Amino acid sequence: MKFRSFVCIIALGTTIALPTFAQDNPAIGQRQGQFKLFVHNFGLLGGMAQGRIDYDADMAQLAADNLFYLTRHDQSRLWPEGTDSASVSGTRANPAIWENLDDFVAKFGALQTAAEGLQQVAGGGLDAMRAGFGPVGQSCQACHEAYRDEAS
Amino acid sequence: MRKIVGVAAATAAALGAGLWVASAPRPMDSATLDALQGDAMRGQAVYLAAGCSSCHAGPARDADPLILSGGREFASDFGTFIAPNISTDPIYGIGGWTQAQFINAVMRGVSPDGAHYYPAFPYTSYIRAEPQDMADLFAYMQTLPADATPSQPQDLAFPFNIRRAVGLWKALYLHEDWVITGDLTEEETRGRYLAEGLAHCAECHTPRNALGALDHGRWFLGAPNPSGTGRIPAIAGPDFDWTAFDISAYLETGLTPAFDVVGGSMAPVVRSLQQLEKSELDAIAAYILRAGQ
Repeated sequence: MKFRSFVCIIALGTTIALPTFAQDNPAIGQRQGQFKLFVHNFGLLGGMAQGRIDYDADMAQLAADNLFYLTRHDQSRLWPEGTDSASVSGTRANPAIWENLDDFVAKFGALQTAAEGLQQVAGGGLDAMRAGFGPVGQSCQACHEAYRDEAS
Repeated sequence: MRKIVGVAAATAAALGAGLWVASAPRPMDSATLDALQGDAMRGQAVYLAAGCSSCHAGPARDADPLILSGGREFASDFGTFIAPNISTDPIYGIGGWTQAQFINAVMRGVSPDGAHYYPAFPYTSYIRAEPQDMADLFAYMQTLPADATPSQPQDLAFPFNIRRAVGLWKALYLHEDWVITGDLTEEETRGRYLAEGLAHCAECHTPRNALGALDHGRWFLGAPNPSGTGRIPAIAGPDFDWTAFDISAYLETGLTPAFDVVGGSMAPVVRSLQQLEKSELDAIAAYILRAGQ
């Protein structure tokens, strides 16, 4: 909820609409860094889920713990108004995010829930980890489908 | 002078008549198509491979992608295409269509009253389908819900709003030949049927010429996103290094080899394809690698 209220305040309060480049607003690179860390952990679990690497309970648990904590990182300063793909270059964040903030926040909440579910089962064997892994991927996909532009 | 005017008028009339004939719809024989016996169970797999929901699912698509009430907008260089209602509603959908009308719509882009559809509807790919698969698809789609949402008119600029002209476009670009030919394994051949036909991969992953026709010389090399920013990625060429395992896993799970997660217009494609037998996804993967050779 903190995330939502902060973003709403930004949305209401920001009137600066000068065209800018992504590098002008560090929040864009910083949130992209956050997603890279998601993938850093999600990818290890995915590799195990797909049989590309052997399942290791300790490593799986560690990655799931990381993902749990990473998805708890407060988002309130990562999505300032005017950092959408129609306003600046260097981002794939669709303007629809700021038009549907409630839904965007709900989708992030679904990721948090799925990450918690994965954390509870990741160390409990390959099949259990796989069952927890699927919903995390689905929560990523739901948000990417609605709010992420194609790469350039 | 009168003679010259007469010749000019006759030439113009002959040209006009020629264009009128050349642009005529060319449906397949109705009696032959109506004689096919459709199997709804088999048709479900055809439906998933053909990805009908991806474009025609209505506003409730997240909750139920099988309500095919349409309304989704596709911006393009020619104007905005709006997916029509293809639910079983007899008035606003296709519930009143015969099997032959359905197959001619899907495989020839010809409406029941003989008008051309625009090739945003990928009949340029579906033309390669087996009519029996289309009969199965028709049988399956009879089992889907009806929805009474009216279809919206296409919002196209002149001259693209002249439907009859699509007939000339079809004369140039609507062909059922396979794009990738030569020696193909059985798996690659099956994958070609799926990828060049039902799943219509090239419609987004292959660039188009100025008239909106696919450039077969740059097959699968990626293209500008027709309805937004960015690009539809290449699935062939020097920048594409996925293995068959990678491609099949992506179609099954939406995960790239680097564990990025599918998004945008590919997300509903994966949601459909992942319900197919894994061997079908492996076949698509084998074909895509063959096409990139």
